[in-house]
Amino acid sequence: MTTFEVVAEGLGKRYGPTRALDAFDLTVPPGTVHGLLGPNGAGKTTAVRILTTLLRFDTGRATVAGYDVLRRPDEVRARIGLTGQYAAVDEILSGRQNLELFGRLFRLGRREARRRAGELLERFGLDEAASRSAGEYSGGMRRRLDLAASLIRTPRVLFLDEPTTGLDPRSRNQVWDLVRGLVADGTTVLLTTQYLEEADQLADRISVIDAGRVVAEGSPDQLKAMTGGDRIEVVVRDAAELSRAARLVAPICGAEPELDPVIRRLSVPVLDRVAGLVDVVRALDDAGIAVEDIGLRRATLDEAFLHLTGHRPDEAREPVAAERTVEVA
Amino acid sequence: MTTAIADGWTMTRRNMTHVVRAPEELILYFSLPIMFVLVFGYVFGSGMQVAGGGNYREFLLPGVFVMTMLYGLGATATGVALDLSRGVVDRFRSMPMARSALMTGRSAADLLRALLEMSTLLVCGLLVGWQWRQGVGKAMLAVGLLLLLRIAITWVGIYLALLVRNPDTVGVIVFPAAFPLSAISNVFVSPELMPPVIGTISEWNPLSATVAAIRELFGNPGLGGDSWPAEHALLLAVLWPVLLIATFAPLAVRRYQRLSR
Repeated sequence: MTTFEVVAEGLGKRYGPTRALDAFDLTVPPGTVHGLLGPNGAGKTTAVRILTTLLRFDTGRATVAGYDVLRRPDEVRARIGLTGQYAAVDEILSGRQNLELFGRLFRLGRREARRRAGELLERFGLDEAASRSAGEYSGGMRRRLDLAASLIRTPRVLFLDEPTTGLDPRSRNQVWDLVRGLVADGTTVLLTTQYLEEADQLADRISVIDAGRVVAEGSPDQLKAMTGGDRIEVVVRDAAELSRAARLVAPICGAEPELDPVIRRLSVPVLDRVAGLVDVVRALDDAGIAVEDIGLRRATLDEAFLHLTGHRPDEAREPVAAERTVEVA
Repeated sequence: MTTAIADGWTMTRRNMTHVVRAPEELILYFSLPIMFVLVFGYVFGSGMQVAGGGNYREFLLPGVFVMTMLYGLGATATGVALDLSRGVVDRFRSMPMARSALMTGRSAADLLRALLEMSTLLVCGLLVGWQWRQGVGKAMLAVGLLLLLRIAITWVGIYLALLVRNPDTVGVIVFPAAFPLSAISNVFVSPELMPPVIGTISEWNPLSATVAAIRELFGNPGLGGDSWPAEHALLLAVLWPVLLIATFAPLAVRRYQRLSR
């Protein structure tokens, strides 16, 4: 029997006339990373807030770590970690005091809380800043402290709500490495992001959500394949040769190439990428067509997203619905 | 229940650590009442008279004690609103801790703070010639009434913060509201010496009840006239705060639960 660490069935949540979530389904197997990908206002944060017991929902059912979110919230809370978009740490307390406080609230004894705080500070590279107020930390440090706070009791399910939004590339990579390490140790991760690259890098499976619904689900490669997959692109030296090249390429790839005479380029979808490329190179060479550039271009998640939702991930579909109930000043 | 107490205590300690790590706020709250004692006691004081006679500074000090409790509203509400705006409340709510701890911890920490402020002010009062004249027992009772008022004010503050949420807005609301509330009372001037309508409002002001009651317990001058609230000051000094707590604590708890809507 497969048990899922996160299950959502037909979750619905309305704010007045706005449907923040609408028949939202999700299953996440243990030890995997599941990405929720979607634009601002798509319902990602709403879904995370519901699954972490912060928000009630109107319809459907949800379990996390085997416990019903609505009926057994305390069991759920004891088994999850949450790192939000806005670092939820105490800004006046020092890094160490923060972790000790959260450790105590996670029911660790005083000595154990202190020990665990020290351990996490070291692991997250914060031991030098341990006695400074969290309010003086840089964005990356604060996010790491926030993440450390979610890991005081190694959670079974970790929720990461846009964990790298606003971080510089170096801090982003650090967070990614930390997440990979956790998953290697068996933690299940639900990650929301509007960065396709992040989903591509971290997620085993991705749900694309738009306007509160899952519009597509699959592995990153499956999603990319939905747009027509990879393409071979050839740039010929002489524009006059372009149509002859197209006639040669078409039977190999089994599709009519698109031609762009201005940049002397043809582009054609290909299923068997490597064999297709080899055959095309050989055919063009045999026909004596001079080629300036030739290559495989992988479909990007960006294209997949555009294809699935009709807009780019960083563009909100409509005026952003109130995703958070607690406004951030 | 034990976890509720343990978590409440953890949160109390957290809030007390705030006071230690960021003492600027505390200094502000300490300097304000001392300034009032100096300005009213020495600058305006020469022109002030106490109904029924007596030393004005001795009349003033109980009022300033109560005013200090009132200004704690700002500290409470700002503290809670800051927590809400920074998202740290979301972390608390996603943890397996007692739901009540955020509020009980705040309430207990503010009470400890009030004790600290009270002790400083008592010393300050003794220095400017104020004293308790009815023995230590009644003086302790007076301090108890002050702390009861502070608890009531804490709950008003928690509710206000949950309602407004933005810490800047909280500051803008609290201070302009607190000053008239303390001025239209018996804190600085005896209500008998005010125009009749304002005098009546002042006498029924919940703050006046505590001020009148502790003047009586400390044996300080200015025991008010023969109006009903002035004659039942002790009763009202208990009733008003209890009524405020009974109203605002459930409102705050409900508002807190509504965060998950």
